[in-house]
Amino acid sequence: MTVAMRPSACPACAAAPAAEEIAVRGKVAPGQIALSLPGIHCAACISKIENGLARHEGVRRARVNLTLKRVQIDAAQEVTVADLIAAVEVLGYEAHELDAGSLNIAGADRAGRELLMRLAIAGFAMMNVMLLSVSVWSGAEDATRDLFHWISAAIALPAIAFSGQPFFRNAWAALRQGRLNMDVPISLAILLAVVTSLWETALSGHHAYFDAAIALTFFLLAGRYLDHRTRAVARSAAQELTALEVPRATVLRDGDETEVGVADLRVGDLVRVRPGGRMPVDGEIIEGRSEIDRSLLTGETLPVFAEPGQAVSAGEVNLSGPLTLRASAVGQDTSLHRMADLVAIAESGRSRYTSLADKAAKLYAPGVHILSALAFLGWYLYTFDMRTALNIAAAVLIITCPCALGLAVPAVTTAASGRLFRRGMLIKHETALERLAEVDTVVFDKTGTLTAGAPELTNLDALSRRDLGIARALAEGSAHPLAQAILRVTRAADVAPAEVANLCEVPGFGTEGVFDGRPVRLGRAAWVGAEGLPQTASFLKVGDAAPVAFVFADALRNGAEDAVRALRESGRNVIVMSGDAAPAVSALATRLGVTDWIAEALPGDKVARIEALQRDGHRVLMIGDGLNDTAALVAAHVSISPASALDAARAASDIVLLGGDLSPVPLACDTAQKATRRIRENFRIATLYNVIAVPLAVAGLATPLIAALAMSASSVTVSLNALRLR
Amino acid sequence: MTMLAYLIPISLVLGGFGLGFFIWTVKTNQYDDPDGDARRILSGDYDDRPKT
Repeated sequence: MTVAMRPSACPACAAAPAAEEIAVRGKVAPGQIALSLPGIHCAACISKIENGLARHEGVRRARVNLTLKRVQIDAAQEVTVADLIAAVEVLGYEAHELDAGSLNIAGADRAGRELLMRLAIAGFAMMNVMLLSVSVWSGAEDATRDLFHWISAAIALPAIAFSGQPFFRNAWAALRQGRLNMDVPISLAILLAVVTSLWETALSGHHAYFDAAIALTFFLLAGRYLDHRTRAVARSAAQELTALEVPRATVLRDGDETEVGVADLRVGDLVRVRPGGRMPVDGEIIEGRSEIDRSLLTGETLPVFAEPGQAVSAGEVNLSGPLTLRASAVGQDTSLHRMADLVAIAESGRSRYTSLADKAAKLYAPGVHILSALAFLGWYLYTFDMRTALNIAAAVLIITCPCALGLAVPAVTTAASGRLFRRGMLIKHETALERLAEVDTVVFDKTGTLTAGAPELTNLDALSRRDLGIARALAEGSAHPLAQAILRVTRAADVAPAEVANLCEVPGFGTEGVFDGRPVRLGRAAWVGAEGLPQTASFLKVGDAAPVAFVFADALRNGAEDAVRALRESGRNVIVMSGDAAPAVSALATRLGVTDWIAEALPGDKVARIEALQRDGHRVLMIGDGLNDTAALVAAHVSISPASALDAARAASDIVLLGGDLSPVPLACDTAQKATRRIRENFRIATLYNVIAVPLAVAGLATPLIAALAMSASSVTVSLNALRLR
Repeated sequence: MTMLAYLIPISLVLGGFGLGFFIWTVKTNQYDDPDGDARRILSGDYDDRPKT
């Protein structure tokens, strides 16, 4: 780690430019690099990115995966993630780093591949058995029919034994705990159909249900596979987003700086945090002066001055000077991680929500068992013929079996999640769409959610070009976000930097130099001798002249205005809740046309307010990114966080926005409502088929042909209905 | 009806081939990026070794 010692603008400043430091940190995983690309959508994007990256020095191979919206890069050791992200951004696409370690493409989806294999076997067996069954239905008799039944059995039995395992396993697990789930009637229907069919075949009977048993397995596996794919993709992608993790820290041991994993830090270690870096531990500053950005933890946008003796929490960002901390809490004990405990509470709270599918299953599972038991009993008392009674009971179970129910929910959620994924949203929780559909109040956090977290100079027109020139020259010596904002705006306005000599950054205060023989300073109010302003501001003092204020406002995130407007137009209540000071919040709320806002809200206040709203019968959607929002994200009915959010916040929310754009949020509410409507329609279709077919089955009039027709017709209708959502 | 003795095994074997090919496609990761593969045929770049 010699980079920090490289001479910078002035020898006294140990502060090397932050970008360089971040780049060095990115080098920890050489070779395999994965980036998330939320904005890609077509063939041109693929070739543009692949060719663009291939031209980048040191890149051996780049392969875009459009389905997962990511690119896998094989690069030389010296290529850093930051370089590649910059290279992709130059091409006009947004890019986020993914954790290449947890990204094992070959082994990632073993369960999905296994389901696909079972599905294929079931499909193969179903087609062949169906072929034989059609011959039987069209009139094969006697020995031929028996032969066909036996061949069907020979194909269906091993196929069911292999393909049906997921159902059998789940059903067994449920039964052992004395519960009933959807898989119990499914397994019972499959097994009973196979047993009665074998019995019938052995006695040269007319009806065998091998085709129904295997078709049932096939359709249900299709539902399972869709369900798995939707959720597995979302879950893995959300976990791999490492936008804000600090994987490594620099520790001072025996006077030497060593890089260690955050997991290896101990209480009492001296940890160095460079400008632009995030605190890996809770601790106390023992050396260095700087400013720290707490916006992710508290929502405050004004940087806080930091000096020895002050306590800092993990997750805060060091802005201007290098700091040395003595760790007081590491790993799981940091305030950052204690928040993660809330996620466990979130999970348990969420599981109290009964999804539509669960409601249906609760009615359904006991219903079919009772119905088929009654049919068996009735027919047995009527005929005293075990064979007839058992055949009819099996027919009832097969016909009522939830092919359509098993597909009703996954087919719709797959279509809806696919649609939202293409717009850059990941649905993490299985019932998130249903809960989102009920939302009538939307609560936004301000800092980092409605705003992009990057300050914007607001009083450019009020400043003289000479002042701007001096400010630009001074700002070039600092990596502080406000200095960077001045640089951006002066560059865009074509202001040439003034000739400033002896440029030096004083960490925590600002930058100073000599212009035209007079000392010039750009920095904090107190340091240049100015009165502080309520807004974020930086001050320029030239010689003895009165200081000039550079006032900043947070830039709005892309799509924030559109999203808020669309949500209000759809009749939803929009509220802004922020931990920031009142003037900043009120200015932003006015800009967005939001009348309902709360400033200086502590995390507990946000939760209390959301809970109060929910007690009044509102359904709240919380959108936030900071640690101070985590509890609120958990308390809300459903929650969304941007990809740039803190890990804990992303873990606590149901939906993650992959891109920096907020405009897909209203679309998500819309899609969720449509999806819930389709799910209900699908249940109705499935019920309708049962209402027609069950009386036939109970009356003993159902043949394997009728069972096959009812099953296929309802499954196909349900899937087609789901596809209307795309 | 003796032709059944040929036809049934033939249909099973042909179906089995289809199944075998499908399993091969799964094993060689051909379902990793269905959307991308569908779009790539539209691009003019010659993809020498698409899967390695």
